[in-house]
Amino acid sequence: MKTIVLMGDPNVGKSVLFSRLTGVDVIASNYPGTTVDYSKGWITRHEETLEIVDAPGTYSLEPTNRAEEVAVSLLDKADVIVNVVDATSLERCLLLTIELLEQHKPVIIALNMWDEAQHLGIHINVRELENLLQVPVVPTVAITAEGIKELVERLDDARISKRQYTGGEDQVWTEIGHIVRKVQTVAHRHHTFRDRLVDATVKPGTGLLTAAIVLFTLFWLVRFVGEGMIGHVFDPLFSLYLKPITTFSEWLGPGFLHDILIGKLMDGKVDFIQSMGILTTGLFVPFGMVLPYVISFYLALAVLEDTGYLPRLATVTDNLFHRLGMHGHGILPILLGLGCKVPGVLSTRTLETRKQRFISTVLVGITIPCTAQTAMIFGVLGHHGAKYILIVLGTLAAVFALLGLLLNKTICGECPELFLDIPPYRRPSLRAVTKKTWMRVRSFLVEALPLLFLGVLSASILDAAGFTEKLADFAAPFMKSWFGLPGEAMPALLSGLLRKELALGMLVPLNLTATQLTIGVTVFSFFPCIATFAVMLKELGIRDMLKAMTLMILTALLIGGTLRIVLIGWNLWPGN
Amino acid sequence: MNESLLTQLRQGEEATVVALRGGCGFQRRLRSIGLKEGKTVRMVAKHPFAGPLVVEVDGRQITIGRGMSQKITVARP
Repeated sequence: MKTIVLMGDPNVGKSVLFSRLTGVDVIASNYPGTTVDYSKGWITRHEETLEIVDAPGTYSLEPTNRAEEVAVSLLDKADVIVNVVDATSLERCLLLTIELLEQHKPVIIALNMWDEAQHLGIHINVRELENLLQVPVVPTVAITAEGIKELVERLDDARISKRQYTGGEDQVWTEIGHIVRKVQTVAHRHHTFRDRLVDATVKPGTGLLTAAIVLFTLFWLVRFVGEGMIGHVFDPLFSLYLKPITTFSEWLGPGFLHDILIGKLMDGKVDFIQSMGILTTGLFVPFGMVLPYVISFYLALAVLEDTGYLPRLATVTDNLFHRLGMHGHGILPILLGLGCKVPGVLSTRTLETRKQRFISTVLVGITIPCTAQTAMIFGVLGHHGAKYILIVLGTLAAVFALLGLLLNKTICGECPELFLDIPPYRRPSLRAVTKKTWMRVRSFLVEALPLLFLGVLSASILDAAGFTEKLADFAAPFMKSWFGLPGEAMPALLSGLLRKELALGMLVPLNLTATQLTIGVTVFSFFPCIATFAVMLKELGIRDMLKAMTLMILTALLIGGTLRIVLIGWNLWPGN
Repeated sequence: MNESLLTQLRQGEEATVVALRGGCGFQRRLRSIGLKEGKTVRMVAKHPFAGPLVVEVDGRQITIGRGMSQKITVARP
């Protein structure tokens, strides 16, 4: 089977083109570095199956970060290279094009964003470009599928260019200048009022103001839409569900099956948060509490990503992130991490050095609350008042800043400067936004639900076997003296490692005071879930992972202990 | 010709790139994103505390660190 690899500069639309070609959904956004790993898909054409690979973007075949390394490593597998070129910035894409032509592999060029180029008054003579490069060139608009059919039809025309560029790099640049002069004419454009408005979003004063407004609106929208969905959809649905599940519980009668499916009854009634059965808590927490915020967060994020604002946000926050040992691009893992830490940690691949990646991964892993953690924080503390939620979030923010400052000072390694291409603002399409939101929501459901069920199941089995009680007794002296929490908080903490939402259902029945819950929730927040541990290990390697876990445990002990002293006092055995 | 470093341009000023300094890989990175000799650059924004610069080349904006931009010599018209 032939393998066709899509290669091109970052943010030229490879992922959109890939989805169009194969029908396989991949996340595409309007910022450089969305794709950090490759995806595969297949198309059947003339009774022949072709494998299509979507590679991360790279400006040249000499990689400067890990995502670009992935792209370059895919080259060996390629039988045909589809070089995706941004028609609106032909000149800068041609370096990679020429490097690809030198690989002695068949190449075909997709001249993407053809519509936008025409809109900007950029005209490219396609025939002339084909003549000069000696490979086929097909204008495409991946977003609307224009030109995709022709691209597929002409895949067989892809050929090894006869042109060779042996004179070294200077000759390549001269050649690029020559090609651009011959094939491209650009109509002159005046600087308009709209351009000035656009510029304001990257300037120091107005840029920071814009960032504050955008982020505030983002979180307000997430809350507004999330609460709206809970109030109008999920709460009514679960109150309808309460009746049949109660009937089912009565019909089932007490026993092991009841313990697992329904869980414990609270005052003889099913309690969606505390019962801890698969059909009660196992359904209510993910669907009734977390899912609405997952949907609203990813909806808002998708709009933000597709406008092209994120590189501008990275620019105006660059100063801040340099203090923490990263640069402006470090905002991306954090934003993604607020949804789910797994893509958050993966996106650290676009940072250039090991030091930056380590700091970013540790900060996301320890201090950034994902949707499930946020749901736990609000779910546990919500009815005790906003004060306690602010203590938790404030502590996490303070640890984020302090840990960043500390790691920046103590970890050796370079912290290179920000170097970033800012794409034009684009209007997000409703179709792209809903598709992307659905893909992320789907992966939440696919990844979270099995783990949650497994967690609920093992928690009830361990509980029935008396293990939970033993563990609680064993941990009690330490938990009490250090955190001011009962020993039963330990099993809750451990179940939280599987999925954060589980800790919620196990903490609530302990009848803790508001301050105890605040300490518990803060300490729990420092530990990510098992999926995040796995991806951290993959990205950091075993040695750095051990360092990260040491930091995690130290942070939890230190901050949890401090909070206990501040909120409860020195008294070693509170309540006694 | 009035030559200066890219960092010395004021906000809104335009100039032509005349020379790049620094390592081979670094120069390649600058050129591959569009910053190369003969190009007209416009200073869009300069961030304080030695923060990054935003320049416009060929109608596209690029964020570039202060240190990097000290390796770019430009000529004001």
